[in-house]
Amino acid sequence: MSKPQSNSSARPLSPHLQVYRLPLTALLSITHRITGVILCLGLFLLVWVLLQMAADPVGYEALRDFLQTWIGRLILWLWTLSLFVHFSHGIRHLLWDLGWGFAKDTLDKHGLIELAAALILSVAVWIF
Amino acid sequence: MVQLRLPPNSRVMPGKEVSSVSDAEKILTVRVYRWHPDAGENPRLDTFQLDRGQCGAMVLDALIQIKNTLDTTLAFRRSCREGVCGSCAMNINGRNTLACTKAIDDYGDTLTIYPLPHQQVVKDLVTDMTHFYAQYAAIEPWLQTVTPAPADRERLQSEEERGRLDGLYDCILCACCSTACPSYWWNSDKYLGPAVLLQAHRWIADSRDEMTGERLDDLEDPFKLYRCHTIMNCTDTCPKGLNPAKSIAEIKKLLLERKG
Repeated sequence: MSKPQSNSSARPLSPHLQVYRLPLTALLSITHRITGVILCLGLFLLVWVLLQMAADPVGYEALRDFLQTWIGRLILWLWTLSLFVHFSHGIRHLLWDLGWGFAKDTLDKHGLIELAAALILSVAVWIF
Repeated sequence: MVQLRLPPNSRVMPGKEVSSVSDAEKILTVRVYRWHPDAGENPRLDTFQLDRGQCGAMVLDALIQIKNTLDTTLAFRRSCREGVCGSCAMNINGRNTLACTKAIDDYGDTLTIYPLPHQQVVKDLVTDMTHFYAQYAAIEPWLQTVTPAPADRERLQSEEERGRLDGLYDCILCACCSTACPSYWWNSDKYLGPAVLLQAHRWIADSRDEMTGERLDDLEDPFKLYRCHTIMNCTDTCPKGLNPAKSIAEIKKLLLERKG
């Protein structure tokens, strides 16, 4: 008997992220993490606004004016959207933890409901 | 560890093209991941063209047709050809499934076939399952009891108790789900993965097994069980229509319930 031909360290690793077609639930899962990071960054912005408000009227006005520009509005819009995307998927995690919502044929449907809810809540906040 | 890119020796290069069809025929294009242990080269993606009329209905038929007529060196596992043995699990057009139960016509005229993702490749579509089986062995997948068996009969179950095993005992350990799971890709050294956790649940749910507490103790671990982040690739991809994510949630619930 000859011994095994190649040592295992020379074996290649088969492709994973490069080839896997991720389903909606997987995309929402990674989005949940990314929006979590965005929310953290947004908290720094919020603290900064509060500090300026308390300490420096001139600085606060400059910051407020910046947030009124299109880029400032875009940042606030993205933060709001992140908040509600994170929130919606968080609710879904709670339901999953109760053992509910695992049926395969509901996965995509619930994902779309989640996204729609996030969008509607974000628009509602901005109109309000 | 999260390693998004493939290591340099694993990056897939363009491969050869082999065709045996004339223009008039309905052509099926099959792109297949190839790697030979003795060649000392990176993996490559070969392209084969088949006459669709000459080959059977399933993806496995296409692979067998390639092996019979175009390239005898193509390596893949197969046995039962009816979705019972789990040997021909592979990544077909981006999702893990069994080549023998998946119809070519579900995909159209092009198939792209890779081995199960994030595994050590032995040759072509054959991956090393040693670690996966070792994890399965680690959950002690057999009936364990303390009380002596009844002298005059087997350990009986009611229909309802037996019913609790439906969707659990059907798992064929093809590893489609575990190798579809990003958490398993990054943490397979410590995380058991969906297939093995579904099997663990199979024994926890068995009314005859008397080691339920010990089994739960063993799973109460930040990595073995709790690396599941409900990404749901497992349930999405299972070729038997089972629900490993649901099993994992049930185990988590049982752990919580016994804390009171």
